[in-house]
Amino acid sequence: MDNLTKLENESIFIIREAYYQFKKVAMLWSIGKDSTALLWMVRKAFYGKLPFPVLHIDTGYKFKEIYQFRDEYAKKWNLNLLVHKNEEAMRHGVGPDKQKLTCCTELKTNALKDAIAKYGFKALYLGIRRDEHGIRAKERFFSPRDEDFEWNYKDQPPELWDQYKSKAKDEEHLRIHPLLSWREIDIWEYVRRENIPITSLYFAKNGKRYRSIGCETCCNPVDSDADTIDKIIEELKTSTVSERSGRAQDKESAYMMQKLRSLGYM
Amino acid sequence: MDNQTLKFVIVGHVDHGKSTLIGRLLYDTNSLPPDKMEEIRNTSKDLGRDTEFAYLLDHLEEERRQGITIDTTQVFFKTDKREYVIIDAPGHVEFVKNMITGASQAEAAILIIDAKEGIQEQTKRHATILSMLGIEQVIVLINKADLIDFSEEKYTELRTKLEKFLTTLNITPKLYIPISALKGDNIANKSTNMPWYKGPTMLESLDLLKNKVAEENQPLIFPVQDIYKVDDKRIIVGRVETGEIREGQEVKILPEGQTTKVKTIEKYLESPKRASAQESTGITTEDAVFLDRGNILCEKDKAPKVSDRFHASVFWMSKQGYSKDEKVILRCATQEVSCKIEAIHKRINSSSLELLETDAQGLENLEIGEVTIKTKKPIVIDTFKNIREIGRFVLVKNENISAGGIITNTE
Repeated sequence: MDNLTKLENESIFIIREAYYQFKKVAMLWSIGKDSTALLWMVRKAFYGKLPFPVLHIDTGYKFKEIYQFRDEYAKKWNLNLLVHKNEEAMRHGVGPDKQKLTCCTELKTNALKDAIAKYGFKALYLGIRRDEHGIRAKERFFSPRDEDFEWNYKDQPPELWDQYKSKAKDEEHLRIHPLLSWREIDIWEYVRRENIPITSLYFAKNGKRYRSIGCETCCNPVDSDADTIDKIIEELKTSTVSERSGRAQDKESAYMMQKLRSLGYM
Repeated sequence: MDNQTLKFVIVGHVDHGKSTLIGRLLYDTNSLPPDKMEEIRNTSKDLGRDTEFAYLLDHLEEERRQGITIDTTQVFFKTDKREYVIIDAPGHVEFVKNMITGASQAEAAILIIDAKEGIQEQTKRHATILSMLGIEQVIVLINKADLIDFSEEKYTELRTKLEKFLTTLNITPKLYIPISALKGDNIANKSTNMPWYKGPTMLESLDLLKNKVAEENQPLIFPVQDIYKVDDKRIIVGRVETGEIREGQEVKILPEGQTTKVKTIEKYLESPKRASAQESTGITTEDAVFLDRGNILCEKDKAPKVSDRFHASVFWMSKQGYSKDEKVILRCATQEVSCKIEAIHKRINSSSLELLETDAQGLENLEIGEVTIKTKKPIVIDTFKNIREIGRFVLVKNENISAGGIITNTE
């Protein structure tokens, strides 16, 4: 069995385990390459009929290409798409021009908290990977969050032999991470193999492309001429720049990501 | 290039150099993005230290401040031969459950030991865990050779001691290598300080490890994960653990033992005729038999055992201990059943392997028990030696996975 097939099988197994256990679940879709690949596998796991909604946390600062892509494929794939915003924070003028930690916390984390409370989700699927960031490398496949939404990274539950954490009473919800074992290049090779549609932002225009996509205001394109998937894969094989080098929230301080994540950031 | 990725875990006592070793390996093989190296240099400087390779893996603020690894982590790395996933495991006694989480995902292990400090509590406990997890490929690195003046005599002395200990656990390491992770001796480059050592470097030794092969040639084990109703079909989904499942195959449904025929293999937008070990797939059956999660499909004449009582070794890894006859949940593959440990024949210290008590009344954190388990309903099992996938289980107490166990004998 080749590597991609192995990874896909692992992910589908985890997706199905979580659905069996929690039922009241949703998948977070940022419309980026990872969560779109995850969505592809979720569709495979459930034979094209998703038994749960797909949730987009909209900060209002996303690229127009992201909104277009979202709406086009939500329709094409017959998704139950929920779009959620922290309207109140937006009204109060929270934005990236002020403090970045506050902006991410309000428009992403608190918007997510809101959505979970509103719909009563017990578990959420997220497309994070270990190789993205050292903090994400410490994650579990099933990762509990307490009632304050916090990630207790100092005392994570054991996971062995494909047996995962079940929900305890004092836990707010679980994060399910089916893509933990995937690397950036695996995602692209999978996108190529499966012919998965992907937003045009990843492909180079005028010598620049986005390697990791968040809000338009807080991510920078990298220098690149990779305008096809083949070229992106080639580029990744030789690149020595890390994936999230264009993402502002990783740069503020060494532990910004840890702080964000312990507060419930994705 | 061999396209199979190999996962290996690095274990050993706290401060014996696990994270440093990984940092050094990545550094010497140019596997680090420059911006990562920059970040490590800056953080090290902020904390008033020399560049700490360990920070590459120890990402949590507390880990860096205290210079320890709290949780297991994984990094990617490649040689000319193949790609690797390195699993770093914490060496501190507080975080043994994190070490188990990391090690349980590995196909091979590197046991690292400080040449000067020698065999310590976690060296032994980690080796015991490797043995329980059934990790057969082990390489031993004797680290900090610079602290024993690169002496062959001292190295050999420690190696002999280790060999003796590991033999009691049925671990036969493939290799012993003297290294200095900090200085880079015998990591990616041959040490000039130890001309007496003629074996491979750590990097070369990795390529000698073998990938776990999917168990396609074994009898079928297909634990049912869930049942989906898709259009007018009832699809039984799950992962083939061993063997293969084929269209038209006659299968037995355990624990009850009814038989049916596989009508179709169901994969989204594909119509395969078979699915083999490690595939997540789905099937439909010829007859309208009742099936549910936890049922196990197998071959008619090669069925595993069905039993409600068996012998096992369990490793207790929760601060909430266990008292004999207490009811907990047992999970084995997709089976879930109420159970109790009805006899604790031996209670053992997982580091010293000292027998603490026979016919004990309970188990505490980090203790190993040789026990008899009684399940409320019969389940499908085998010994860990025969069929790993249904020969291992976890025990769940108060919604937390509190122990891992392997079945040593079925009744």
